[in-house]
Amino acid sequence: MIIEKSLRIKNELGIHARSAAMIVRAVEHCKSSVVLERDGVQVDAKSLLDILTLACPKDSTIVVRANGDDAQDVVDRIAKLVEDKFGEPA
Amino acid sequence: MKTGEQRRTIVLQGIGVSPGVAIGVAHLIRRVDAPISRYQLPDRSLIAEEIRRFRKALKDSESQLLEIKRKFRDQQEGLETLYILDVHIMILKDKMLYKQTVQNIEDRGINAEWALRMTVDRYREVFSKVEDDYLRERVSDVEYAGQRILRNLAGVHHETISGIGENAVIIGRDLSPADTMQMKVEKIQGFATEMGGKTSHTAIVARAYEIPAVVGIEKITAEARTGDIIIVDGTAGAVIVNPDPEIIRRYEEKKRHYETIEDSLLKNARKTATTLDKHRVLMGANIEFTEEIASAVKHGADGIGLYRTEFIYINRDRLPTEEEHFCTYKKVVESRGIRWSTIRTFDLGGDKFISDARLAPEMNPVMGLRAIRFCLQEVDLFKGQLRAILRASAYGKTKVLFPMISGMEELRETKRIFEEVKKELKRDGIPYGKDVKMGIMIEVPSAVIIADDLAREVDFFSIGTNDLIQYTLAIDRVNERVSYLYEPLHPAVLKLIHRVVEAGHRAGIEVSICGEMAGEPVYTMILLGLGLDELSMNALVIPRIKKLIRSITIKECRKLVNRVMTFNTASEIEFFVRDCMRRKFKDDLQGH
Repeated sequence: MIIEKSLRIKNELGIHARSAAMIVRAVEHCKSSVVLERDGVQVDAKSLLDILTLACPKDSTIVVRANGDDAQDVVDRIAKLVEDKFGEPA
Repeated sequence: MKTGEQRRTIVLQGIGVSPGVAIGVAHLIRRVDAPISRYQLPDRSLIAEEIRRFRKALKDSESQLLEIKRKFRDQQEGLETLYILDVHIMILKDKMLYKQTVQNIEDRGINAEWALRMTVDRYREVFSKVEDDYLRERVSDVEYAGQRILRNLAGVHHETISGIGENAVIIGRDLSPADTMQMKVEKIQGFATEMGGKTSHTAIVARAYEIPAVVGIEKITAEARTGDIIIVDGTAGAVIVNPDPEIIRRYEEKKRHYETIEDSLLKNARKTATTLDKHRVLMGANIEFTEEIASAVKHGADGIGLYRTEFIYINRDRLPTEEEHFCTYKKVVESRGIRWSTIRTFDLGGDKFISDARLAPEMNPVMGLRAIRFCLQEVDLFKGQLRAILRASAYGKTKVLFPMISGMEELRETKRIFEEVKKELKRDGIPYGKDVKMGIMIEVPSAVIIADDLAREVDFFSIGTNDLIQYTLAIDRVNERVSYLYEPLHPAVLKLIHRVVEAGHRAGIEVSICGEMAGEPVYTMILLGLGLDELSMNALVIPRIKKLIRSITIKECRKLVNRVMTFNTASEIEFFVRDCMRRKFKDDLQGH
């Protein structure tokens, strides 16, 4: 099963080390393969370093794509992190 | 260089970030510049073993960092340091770092060290193209992690750092929190690093432990070797590698001199700064980190005269929460040995902590959207900080200081928000200090001109001479072509300070000064004569200034001011003041 979702980064700092670490933690134990894509560049969502290389600032859009049994669950989890601004204070 | 050859003396200049003189034996912490050799595995059957070796180095590195993290937590070090360690651990566990390195080993049949170097280089290249400053600096995290793996591959463990000798001067490109954690810092004589500035990790640790340190020294890791004799002059910002015996002798003398002056001054540091004719001046310490408080107390600060809160915001990737603000402020105000803490609210441009397109770099940031101007636009952020300060005020005497006020509307708006926050706290039943004083920085010339009006609205003034001089004389301090015009003794500057003090005293409020001027012994008599109630400065100079104050009378200070007020050029004033001070204090003004 392939699930795909487009997400707009809402937190002020964009995807920095802490937020990237949260993504990795959210997906590292899932069965699906998960990629993040920005402007045609695609990286593995289970790698902190690769996520950082995307350099996503606030208001940038990324696509999450998961392929596997728990794909829906994984995409939802990332979407929630983005939605919650990675816990950054408002 | 061949062994046995006479090593030549090299003098290197850097930025002194922690004063004092250290003479010791260089101990090089190898990092990025450690030479790594590439070799081809003689047989493809060795590839599996090479990968195993890499995997073991990763595992070892990770457990070392976890161990350091555990120790850190026991010592209750800052959250931010723990967080950096977490990032390093995640990098060690990174899937891609592993995959690419393994692939390099497999595809090319090369050693793990070189394969790892290739991976790190690739990330370095990718990150160097990123526009975001913060992300670009993450390269150093990848390097830290990479170097640790390399050390483990070489079979060299962290003992290299913790096992350093008694007289070690630590030399490195840059030191990570993990590095300094592993050292018995109390035993280290000095630090000398290639990277870094006043706020780098090394500088903070060095100041906290009062170890001489110089950072920003180009090529130190190439010029010094482990075992070299090395001198670190943290006061002058100089490092001497392989000094000849004559130089060592001179520096030993300098060190002794420095220490004896320090000792005798420190002995009397807690005595008050009272003139011979019984005029008491309060002494504040300017601090940036809570680590500096102990040293401030030791050096005789009556209170924290200026706590700069900017560092809670910068050097991190996330806005601080109210709780983090609160914990830091609480630590400041409840510190033992200080009578009050003046906490200054955020005083930088907004671009420093929010990546927002609207906050594009400004042409003239000093006069741009910063300090109180920025806070009044981002009210929620501002309120968060004010809530935290007020909550902390329940634990010790707190004064709030608002920077860069230029007119009455700004002040009233600031006060309105301040009162609103108090009301909200009261409504929520959260305690705060009953007697929190509210004051403003006087650093914009317009504020000086309307000081009489402003004085009626606040509890105290604090004159920020650095900016006041800069704005008054229209000089960009960092522009070397005009910096000669930066004259603290310019008649206009003295008249402005005079005016502020008069206005404050007419309204019955205290006036303090917290710019660099306050910590310069040459200006002490002038500042006292002008009537300032409190001088706030770098803690390390407090003993010296106190000693000076104890040996003069307020009467002669006033006389000096009356005299210099009749001069109309800065150079006349400067000459007169220096001459007067020199005659009076032959010994204590050396180096100033």
